[in-house]
Amino acid sequence: MTDLLNVSYDTQIPNNVGLSSDKKVLKALERWHPGYINWWNDLIPKNFQDSLIYLRTAVSVDPKGWTKFDYVKMPEYRWGVLLAPQVEDRRIPCGENAGELAWQEVPGEYRSLLRRLIVIQGDTEPGSVEQQRFLGLTSPSLYDMRNLFQVNVEEGRHLWAMVYLLFKYFGRDGREEADDLLRRSSGSEEAPRMLGAFNEETPDWLSFFMFTYFTDRDGKMQLEALAQSGFDPLSRTCRFMLTEEAHHMFVGETGVGRTIQATVDAMNKAGITDPYDIDKIRSLGVIDLPTIQKKLNLHYTLSLDLFGNEVSTNAANAFNSGIKGRYMEMRIKDDHKLNNDKYPVRTVKDGAIVSEEVPALTAINMRLRDDYVRDAAGGVGRWNKLIAKSGVDFQLKIPHEGFHRQIGVFSSVAVDPDGNILSSEDWLEKSKDWLPTKADGDFIQSLMKPCFEVGKYASWIAPPKVGIDNKPGDFEYVKLHMA
Amino acid sequence: MNAPLKQHLIDPEICIRCYTCEMTCPLEAIEHDDNNVVVDALKCNFCMDCIPVCPTGSIDEWRVVNTPYSVDEQFEWEELPEQAEIETDSATDTGIEALDDDMAALLAEAHKGAGGKSTAPATASKPTINMYNLGKPAIATVQGNYRLTANDSDSDVRHVILDLGGLPFPVLEGQSVGIIPPGTDEAGKPYLPRLYSVSSPRDGERPNFNNLSLTVKREDHGVCSNYVCDLKQGDKVQLTGPFGATFLLPSDANAHLLMICTGTGSAPFRGFTMRRQRETPNAKDSMTLIFGARRPEELPYFGPLNKVPERFLKKVFAFSRQDGEAKQYVQDKLRQERDQIARLLQDPNGHIYICGLKEMEQGVEEAFSDIARGVGLTWIEIRDAMRQDGRYHVETY
Repeated sequence: MTDLLNVSYDTQIPNNVGLSSDKKVLKALERWHPGYINWWNDLIPKNFQDSLIYLRTAVSVDPKGWTKFDYVKMPEYRWGVLLAPQVEDRRIPCGENAGELAWQEVPGEYRSLLRRLIVIQGDTEPGSVEQQRFLGLTSPSLYDMRNLFQVNVEEGRHLWAMVYLLFKYFGRDGREEADDLLRRSSGSEEAPRMLGAFNEETPDWLSFFMFTYFTDRDGKMQLEALAQSGFDPLSRTCRFMLTEEAHHMFVGETGVGRTIQATVDAMNKAGITDPYDIDKIRSLGVIDLPTIQKKLNLHYTLSLDLFGNEVSTNAANAFNSGIKGRYMEMRIKDDHKLNNDKYPVRTVKDGAIVSEEVPALTAINMRLRDDYVRDAAGGVGRWNKLIAKSGVDFQLKIPHEGFHRQIGVFSSVAVDPDGNILSSEDWLEKSKDWLPTKADGDFIQSLMKPCFEVGKYASWIAPPKVGIDNKPGDFEYVKLHMA
Repeated sequence: MNAPLKQHLIDPEICIRCYTCEMTCPLEAIEHDDNNVVVDALKCNFCMDCIPVCPTGSIDEWRVVNTPYSVDEQFEWEELPEQAEIETDSATDTGIEALDDDMAALLAEAHKGAGGKSTAPATASKPTINMYNLGKPAIATVQGNYRLTANDSDSDVRHVILDLGGLPFPVLEGQSVGIIPPGTDEAGKPYLPRLYSVSSPRDGERPNFNNLSLTVKREDHGVCSNYVCDLKQGDKVQLTGPFGATFLLPSDANAHLLMICTGTGSAPFRGFTMRRQRETPNAKDSMTLIFGARRPEELPYFGPLNKVPERFLKKVFAFSRQDGEAKQYVQDKLRQERDQIARLLQDPNGHIYICGLKEMEQGVEEAFSDIARGVGLTWIEIRDAMRQDGRYHVETY
């Protein structure tokens, strides 16, 4: 009998899906494996590949003992295929098939829709590793470096998770798609990653933290929606991925929080009370709060674009067919079909932003985005508490949903962070106050000096309150290979 | 008045509201509002499923309370309340050793000889407790059961190795596990677990095997000890725990350990020694073992112990029934080593561990008092200071 909780290491690919008795899929994965390893090895600078990193590896899908911490060299990380345990008698949670038994095989009529969803999700995983490939060189501490690489290896594992589904359920098409996931590359001219935000650069650590906070949170919401899928293998895959994704949220929230902490501490020490005294604050070797607000504006809005069009028939079809649910579908108390329901969507009419009721089925993207906004606002509130505690008079704000948008109803208008529609001239003049300028980027870049001493942190970031795996503050999270 | 209880809480300053714990909790005991994620004390059964999935470490917080904080109270928190001073019997303290009252009471009784509230060494790894309980025990398989005492001895001490298979069971040296003997007592109720110290190091009897060992002496009419001593390879055993959060090994290569034991009290010290052998195999002169038994033939691990180099572990044996020799007890050996022990009492890196039968306590205390007096010090003061510092530990039964 296949042990469905514990990971089997009897093949090259750790798994809890009985790969050793599924020769066809095993062979396909083994054929894909060297290409993946090459992709990984070409990506991250060699001295980091040779370093020992204190990483967690998933060794089970049982919450009690799912993970093990130890020093690992990244290329030797055990990437594997891990699905949450099958829930007996699981039912399709939403849409016209709601209440029927969940599918264990791909239903023919939804084949291409499902494949596309899996490929889009899969494409983001290696994309983000590519965006972050050089960050190790400027890491503000060994602790942060460890967190970066933990995020990276887990994004790698998430790619494996999607590739397994492609191999297992989509035959030749799936194999071609899996190869393409390694062929496309972030920022490439010929073969870019599929979604815009994954072709943007991650040039510095504040961008990385903002990315993990805002953009990975979109990933989390998409995984939450796919975890509700009536296609059971996809649901089980995504449910387990969410356990890992939580760490990425953690890196983002605490990373930005620690950056803010260093800033307000330095301001207080120097006796600076005006958060807009930017030059003076920057001379302390920390990032001023208005610049942090600009970075927030940028990453938040890029992430909103990832939710697609507010009103979408594709999204309606995915929900109606039971392929993709809503956030926490199982805990929502309605008929889970939405045939006669309405949902409010903001849109632009006659030069004004108005709210209108649309059929709820077509507003699935909008609803997920609203859930995202609520989720993202929580951390911003906690950052503001840090600032308030320090006595500095400043509040970070989440900008209006129409601000700086490239996709959806707001892409046609210029909107300021408070939600006022502007002329393009006004936008051109004022946007430099709202979005990071080249000079802001250069300043942040100037702070990106590596700090590789055990237990030490760069000037612009405070140490964490709690170590990883309950380790003390001076724990050597990375044993750097300096050769 | 209600008895004080331990309440599971989440630190709102560290939590990032990812709700992974909430999704994981099998009882839906965890919920959130726009402000906080909180645990409902009325629903939580300490199954611990939420602990390892938390990415932040905010979830492993506990307070002893007379009345549990309500969900609504917790929603309002900006930070965790301090542990309140609570008048309790000795069974509860804030270094929480076990979450179920029976096990906590057993450990409190075992640690009483330390003369006050026990504290873990500052550098000890954080122990996991109560992963498995009566309602949800772990099932282990007996891998081996070996007699440690000579065949002609009337003392039957066993080395029992239990394999946990794929089950997570993170146990630290010095912690205990509960074994549930099958069957029922006179009143027809299932037996409560009996506690046994683990005698293997944290990474397993063999490194990276998910197994652990126990050192168990057969007691006349002992329900559980007879059950354990008679176990055969392949038998299944119900385990609870791990338990214990203070009798732990410091993770500090500079710490000097004085370990005093009799009989099966050697179990935790076997774990300590093996852990140090694996972690710092080149350490010198940093562990001393004073070990009492009736005869060498009845001293558990006599053979393997003698193979540990003397400079890694200084071994002093006290035999009370050896033919042709005067009776020697551990306290006699302590007095013999008075110079070294006087130095250790004054060394901030000195740690003392005592484990064995309750009867040994008095003699050991007297020896320490004499040694302290000899260098112009007061034992009770040293003991209390060391204990508060997490450097004096007693576990007797």
